[in-house]
Amino acid sequence: MTTLLDPTSESQPAQRQGLPRPQSLAGKRVGLLDISKPRGDVFLDQLEAKLGSLGVAALRYSKPTFARVAPAELRQRIISECDLVIEALAD
Amino acid sequence: MSAIPADFNGFIVIVKRDCETCQLIAPVLQQLAAVGDCLIVSQDDPAFPPGVASVRDDRELEASYRLDIEIVPTIIRADAGVEVERLVGWKRDDWRALTDDPALGAGLAAFSPGCGSKSVDPGMPEKLAYKFGDTQLQARRIEVAPLQDEHELAFERGWSDGLPVVPPTEDRVLRMLAGTTRAPDEIIGAIPPDFAPCSVEKVAINAVMAGCKPAYFPVVLAAVEAACRDEFCMHGVLATTYFAAPIVIVNGPIAREIGMNSAHNVLGQGNRANATIGRALQLVIRNVGGGKPGGVDRATLGQPGKIGFCFAEREHDSYWESLSVERGFAPEQSTVTLFAGGGVHAVGDQKSREPESLSRSIASLLRGLHHPKLYGGPDALLVISPEHMRVFREAGWSKARFREELDGHLRIDAGEIVAGAQGIAEGMPMAMAGRRVAKFREGGLQIVHAGGGAGMWSAAILGWAASGARGSVPVTVAVKS
Repeated sequence: MTTLLDPTSESQPAQRQGLPRPQSLAGKRVGLLDISKPRGDVFLDQLEAKLGSLGVAALRYSKPTFARVAPAELRQRIISECDLVIEALAD
Repeated sequence: MSAIPADFNGFIVIVKRDCETCQLIAPVLQQLAAVGDCLIVSQDDPAFPPGVASVRDDRELEASYRLDIEIVPTIIRADAGVEVERLVGWKRDDWRALTDDPALGAGLAAFSPGCGSKSVDPGMPEKLAYKFGDTQLQARRIEVAPLQDEHELAFERGWSDGLPVVPPTEDRVLRMLAGTTRAPDEIIGAIPPDFAPCSVEKVAINAVMAGCKPAYFPVVLAAVEAACRDEFCMHGVLATTYFAAPIVIVNGPIAREIGMNSAHNVLGQGNRANATIGRALQLVIRNVGGGKPGGVDRATLGQPGKIGFCFAEREHDSYWESLSVERGFAPEQSTVTLFAGGGVHAVGDQKSREPESLSRSIASLLRGLHHPKLYGGPDALLVISPEHMRVFREAGWSKARFREELDGHLRIDAGEIVAGAQGIAEGMPMAMAGRRVAKFREGGLQIVHAGGGAGMWSAAILGWAASGARGSVPVTVAVKS
């Protein structure tokens, strides 16, 4: 395993941190990503209904196959259309 | 083990199987081991030499490192744990004298050169220095996962200026540190904008990433030192919406020693030292200082030199004293001068053959820098090309004479350039009308000689809008080994 030396002032944690969680979904564009595993759509349908009852509109996306990473075009579309995304890792 | 066991009296022989001379003298080694007081140390195979019961296994090369072995075989005679003599390779007569055995190696060739020690294989000294030496690197370790691309990791972590960086492994950083005698934990200064303390080691990591050779490292350290000086105002140079960035100008013998370019395309691409020294400084500011575009770096447009801007003055055939000499350093002293500068403006004049004409020509360009109606703003750095220099040399004009002439052409009646004059709202305050004003503050114009031998083009490099005591002044520091 290659080991690198940190070139920074080390004021940030060594591990990459997740983005801050949104405090509220109000006004946010929410994407629902189905990775194309069985019954992912069932879960996302439920979420979409739940979000709808909260007045939050959801946009639906799906990967062509769960076995591969999402194509660049799909990732870029989600980035440009959504503020946050919920991914269904079904099975 | 320490270098030699305490109170050890006798011989230590360092060998490796993969050495024909070591194999040749196997009978000698067996004989010495049988007599006692002889420690055989094998670098690659503890079963070598055959027939010796207690060979010391040195496949980790710790003993070889501590004994500073460069050639195998090496025989060392120690007295009370202290080395008193060593021989390298096989010279029968010398070995006989050392061991006081006139029959040693009877029947063997009289001479056979040794082989390189495994402890000095390429890259090995740095590994061993790290493992066993006193140099302990303090930086946090970042593990690259087996399927992760180390170059992509550097981008993802925000370490890059947009171009690929050389992955800063321990070996590479240790090699970089070998380029200076300064201790890795010496603090060079506080790097803006975070004013994070910056050690020699942190500079070395960023110099590796920039692509520097260890020989460039003293110049990089001097540049970082200069950037930390309060009068350079690196924080402001970074935070400004203007074009400024630290431009590194190298003077003195080190420029030639490390192969810097001061001639053709001197302000352009293609020379490793020029390209990477300036880049290393910018990476230190980015990574150690935390200065990133869109963060504290608020440049409206920026300029390509913000990746790194470094060049050497063409001193060997200059008619004028160099920038560093003008700034009080001896010609043989290598220095780094930082100038907070922006883009390069052409001074194209192919017709002037008299110094008066060329001075007027250069001044007319300088008057337009930043804005033709704004005086007393940014400094400037004038890069005189060899063909323009020739005009002054042939007329016998010193640098001081040229400066004096230029100064006269760089003054104007402020009434001509006040706000609103010439139908342009921009301009000097109305209250200045009636005064004679200078384009540059006192000491605000730096002049260097650089460039290829052909072309009647010089260059003016625009300084920072906040030049002088209210902002940044050029800083020159000596390069330390």
